[in-house]
Amino acid sequence: MNKPIYLDYAATTPVDPRVAKAMTECLTLDGNFANPASRSHIYGWQAESAVETARRQVADLIVADTRAIVWTSGATEANNLAIKGAASAHQDKGRHLITSQTEHKAVLDCFAELERQGFEVTYLQPTRQGVITAESLSEALRPDTSLVSLMHVNNELGVVNDIAALGACAKNNGSLFHVDAAQSVGKLPIDVNAMNVDLMSMCAHKIYGPKGIGALYVRRQPPLAIDAQIHGGGHERGMRSGTLPVHQCVGMGTAFEIAAQEMKSEDQRISALTKKFLGLVLDLEGVVLNGSGVKAVPNIANICFQGFESDRLMMVFRELAISSGSACTSASLEPSHVLRAIGMTDDEAHASLRFSFGRFTTEDDIDVAVQSVTEGLAKLKSL
Amino acid sequence: MSDIYMDNNATTMVDPAVVEEMMPFFSEQFGNPSSLHSFGNKVGMALKKARKQVQRLIGAEFDSEIIFTSCGSESDSTAILSALRAQPERREIITTVVEHPAVLNLCEYLETEGYTVHYLKVDNKGRLDLDEYKKLLSDKVAVVSIMWANNESGTIFPVEEMAELAHNKGIMFHTDAVQAVGKIPIDLENSYIHMLSMSGHKLHAPKGVGVLYLKRGTRFRPLLRGGHQERGRRAGTENVASIVGLGKACEMAGSHIEFENTHVKAMRDRLQEGILAAVPNCFATGDVENRLPNTASIAFEFIEGEAILLLMNKVGIAASSGSACTSGSLEPSHVMMAMGIPYTAAHGTVRFSLSRYNTMEEVERVIAEVPGIVAKLRKLSPYWGENGPIENPESAFAPVYA
Repeated sequence: MNKPIYLDYAATTPVDPRVAKAMTECLTLDGNFANPASRSHIYGWQAESAVETARRQVADLIVADTRAIVWTSGATEANNLAIKGAASAHQDKGRHLITSQTEHKAVLDCFAELERQGFEVTYLQPTRQGVITAESLSEALRPDTSLVSLMHVNNELGVVNDIAALGACAKNNGSLFHVDAAQSVGKLPIDVNAMNVDLMSMCAHKIYGPKGIGALYVRRQPPLAIDAQIHGGGHERGMRSGTLPVHQCVGMGTAFEIAAQEMKSEDQRISALTKKFLGLVLDLEGVVLNGSGVKAVPNIANICFQGFESDRLMMVFRELAISSGSACTSASLEPSHVLRAIGMTDDEAHASLRFSFGRFTTEDDIDVAVQSVTEGLAKLKSL
Repeated sequence: MSDIYMDNNATTMVDPAVVEEMMPFFSEQFGNPSSLHSFGNKVGMALKKARKQVQRLIGAEFDSEIIFTSCGSESDSTAILSALRAQPERREIITTVVEHPAVLNLCEYLETEGYTVHYLKVDNKGRLDLDEYKKLLSDKVAVVSIMWANNESGTIFPVEEMAELAHNKGIMFHTDAVQAVGKIPIDLENSYIHMLSMSGHKLHAPKGVGVLYLKRGTRFRPLLRGGHQERGRRAGTENVASIVGLGKACEMAGSHIEFENTHVKAMRDRLQEGILAAVPNCFATGDVENRLPNTASIAFEFIEGEAILLLMNKVGIAASSGSACTSGSLEPSHVMMAMGIPYTAAHGTVRFSLSRYNTMEEVERVIAEVPGIVAKLRKLSPYWGENGPIENPESAFAPVYA
């Protein structure tokens, strides 16, 4: 059997060959393999310089001060550090926190843990399209709200929150604002200062970098304190200890630099592919786009095939590697918490699949995908 | 002549065979192991294989006892904080004064949170006093955290015996084995060690991947939340390529354990003997009869370690004065001070840490270079006269600060 066509770029992406090349130059004896914390030899100095170049590449993509970037092992760790670290460091402001019902599990689980520790959490309800409005945030803000955490782009629907407006609300209330940007960084322009962002989680593997590396943006002006989750040698100005994985940092930096250069052209190319795909697939009877009618990233399409189960759909669409929601919850039999939050029934949620496109998706892939969906659906209907 | 790298306790180069294993997981095997489609499940199989390879190297009874993390520091923080959160009624910790900053700084933080931390002292050879240890074991202690081998002197601690003593009193035992794994045999199945931290980049796997071993039945509270990965014990999309690399590196380390304890040890012994014979007023620190086979920590009296390293660097030799994690600091090593080594020698300590990629030829080159470097620096030293150390070095250097 031929390998299926990969349409699950929102779960993870392949490493760009240019990124993989840069990474392999930081592993072996003839490369940049040393410990960047080694101050006593040239191997260490070169490793440190490579890490700092990568840090600048990450900072540049979000228009941030280089020193505001803290390396982590991924977006999950960045979310843990931002949310748990800020909530515990800013208890003097209060113990009320705000997030939304449609966040990634990495965020929701942090808040669940904080609730166990006695914090009070408000979970904002999204609109029918899956967006969190500034009005709903304003209503929920209280004098003792110390932290607001909202995602930039929803990983299941692709819809975009107006981060600048939400950030302004949080700022006016004197609350810290954290953004999970795992799905948006490199795909949408981001300017952390213009968007009033205090903390922002990012990772590499959703944007053609490696798994196992991410970063947290931590505002510098005025300085912002967060409590470390991993203690030790005091790396990353004490916010995150642990030897820096040079090849991983370099991989993320390279991926971010490529994203900066190619964001615009890639956006146009993928928009055209998605438009073609949706134009043909949404013509089929009983097929609707979830979360439509608002601003969304072009690479994610969440589609409801009314009356069918996602398991059976995936079986008949077997030429396609797609998913029924977040990879992180795909082992669970529960309907998607995101689709439930936007008011879909369990049946509708169970009938939905996420198609996500990317840098290596071709016109041919779209043709095969449309054909597979059309034929598969016809087959299911004929049974 | 190529440069000589003798700082393998700071980090190691990744073995080319390990890189080769990793490469497919950037391109064709790039899937998210949590995805249900075939891109994901093949990657899941690769993770399973790597878990087995790690299990074998450390002699764990079950592969489910292996939790992949992002580094040794994360494993240490996870282990110690887990023990405290799982047993909130126990408010004491036992550790040593010579631990890695990953454990010491965490303990310092925990003291500010109201925990009592007992720091075991070491003697002049870096050894622990087990009687002192036994007296501290009580039902108030939540966890004992003792490194398996010291990163600076290489001294090996009797962690298996100490774990059994803790176990008999119902106390959890954690060991930071970052320096020991791959260098000396480890058999966790037949030990009372509940938790063990290890790191990939000390054994020719990449940086950014580590392991927390968690003996089956040990109570556990995760540090990173937000996903079902690692059986809910460590959230976050798996760092697949690095984990696969770690598996391969563990397999290779396992098959080189004997080489490490014969050939690498012989190189280390020759290095130490050659330097001690050629340089006056220097000595090996730590428990030289009971230390890692790759490590020689040599204190050169009356000169600065950092100066030695800079001059060695000029002739293409890389070593270090202590832990990389503290290498920016001007304080003498906390490990050397704990062993009661005087300032005039502690400041001049150089750690040579070898690997199976060093050669005897490199060792001879280092032996040939070091005496000249030391002599040159001693000429500038206020503690050093024409024919050796001056009579009262402690009072010789008394600069007046304006």
